[in-house]
Amino acid sequence: MPFYVSPEQAMKDKADYARKGIARGRSGVVIQYDAGILFVAPNPSGALHKISEIYDRIAFAAVGRYNEFENLRKAGVRYADMTGYQYDRSDVTARGLANWYAQVLGSIFTESNKPFEVELVVAEVGESPAADQIYRITFDGSVAEEHGYVAMGGQADRVAAVLKDHYADGLSLVQALGAAIAGLSGNGEELSASGLEVGILARDRVHRTFRRLTGSRLELLLTEAKETEAKGTEARGQG
Amino acid sequence: MGGSFFGEKFTSMCLNAGTSSFADLVASCAPDLLPGAARPAVDVAAGAQLPHGTTIIAVRFADGVVMAGDRRATAGNMIAQHDIEKVFRSDDFSCVGIAGVAGIGLELVRLFQLELEHYEKLEGRTLSLEGKANRLSAFVRGNLSAAMQGLMVVPLFAGFDEDAGQGRIFSYDATGGRYEERPFHAVGSGSVFARGALKKLYTDGLSMDDAVLVCMQALYDAADDDSATGGPDLARQIYPVVAVITADGFRQLTEAEAGEFAQAVVQERMSSPGGPVAPLRPPA
Repeated sequence: MPFYVSPEQAMKDKADYARKGIARGRSGVVIQYDAGILFVAPNPSGALHKISEIYDRIAFAAVGRYNEFENLRKAGVRYADMTGYQYDRSDVTARGLANWYAQVLGSIFTESNKPFEVELVVAEVGESPAADQIYRITFDGSVAEEHGYVAMGGQADRVAAVLKDHYADGLSLVQALGAAIAGLSGNGEELSASGLEVGILARDRVHRTFRRLTGSRLELLLTEAKETEAKGTEARGQG
Repeated sequence: MGGSFFGEKFTSMCLNAGTSSFADLVASCAPDLLPGAARPAVDVAAGAQLPHGTTIIAVRFADGVVMAGDRRATAGNMIAQHDIEKVFRSDDFSCVGIAGVAGIGLELVRLFQLELEHYEKLEGRTLSLEGKANRLSAFVRGNLSAAMQGLMVVPLFAGFDEDAGQGRIFSYDATGGRYEERPFHAVGSGSVFARGALKKLYTDGLSMDDAVLVCMQALYDAADDDSATGGPDLARQIYPVVAVITADGFRQLTEAEAGEFAQAVVQERMSSPGGPVAPLRPPA
């Protein structure tokens, strides 16, 4: 080990390390639709989740190292439940949670030897699409507010480019799913229901709005999404 | 507490807690938020001056379980509240009713609701019905020293057990002892009168409507003989809270629905004040 490493160098090394770790994994997509917010990630496991509920109108999605983001997920649930208990359920916000995650990740990045190789998205569904909030928190504690859609991890730039083509305000669930699948199936691989993890924050549900889409319901939606996508591709003259 | 609450200790607890129990988390981060936390040297008699809640009934029926509670809170000889709610949804398949000191009881319910939800979010599964009943046991036990000083809370817990395919009822004592009750139970100051009525009115395999009616009749009888239990208030349209839990989950009857049952009972009592009469001898 060298006697002295400049802080710039140390930070750069950590940042490169984290970025590489995150880029190695699969991507994830968060996308707004008319009746809520959709989360899609390739995930062969039925038991280990990348997308989870945090609170009534707040959900969490992550890419990167599983045990690290799983720890952050649990911490987020604890933070949310404690805040809701101490004050009121309506006082738990995605903004507060995102800021808290930023503080945690920032400390870990600066103070520990190994940064967390994770990228998080925290989203809150509002009473209307204009009130939806999506925050992206990166491994070094930076927070960015996003609109419309977010591509995380893996080949995020390429996925984002595809999403940009497909996204418009007021998409239906089927259209949003189609866009997400189009973004995620970059290598031309077929994504099937069993290899996907899909969740939604449904605007009009009472109390807890998060729902996982699985089994036959997901298969049906995927079939519809692919058909809609095929029509859309023709319409965009890319067929 | 205020400003320093979300500081380092809290953050560290959130990241490292290693427990899926919300109550344990609160106990480590903010123990004074727990219901039994305040333990002033209150003498037993003074506890009676705090609002108390009073008759809760749970009845099994063919498809599940019904729980009903009256709406009166008393403090000494005064009525502290006319429309207090004492039966609450604890999660999709269970409910809890509280008798005893209302302030602590309501906090206990709130904590219990969060305990179940917290576990579900962290673990990705719901607790078994027995597991939920057990957790409530621990909360009641946690309140024991306060109970000994007159701040007693006695819950009644009921739910639909998906494995067993039927409704189940659990009662508690102040030490947290948990007792499964079949096929009905009542707690609170009016429970003695309610249980007498239930004994005569209950049969196995009741329909949901009949089960609700049995509860209404028993609550009416409890209110008739216990000053701390409120009967239906037709003038203000305040009726017992009635919760029904079946395989389809928890549902609370609307004011209108509960009102219909309550008014039917009141109407019948106009001509028969003691309520339905059970046959003295078995039919020939």
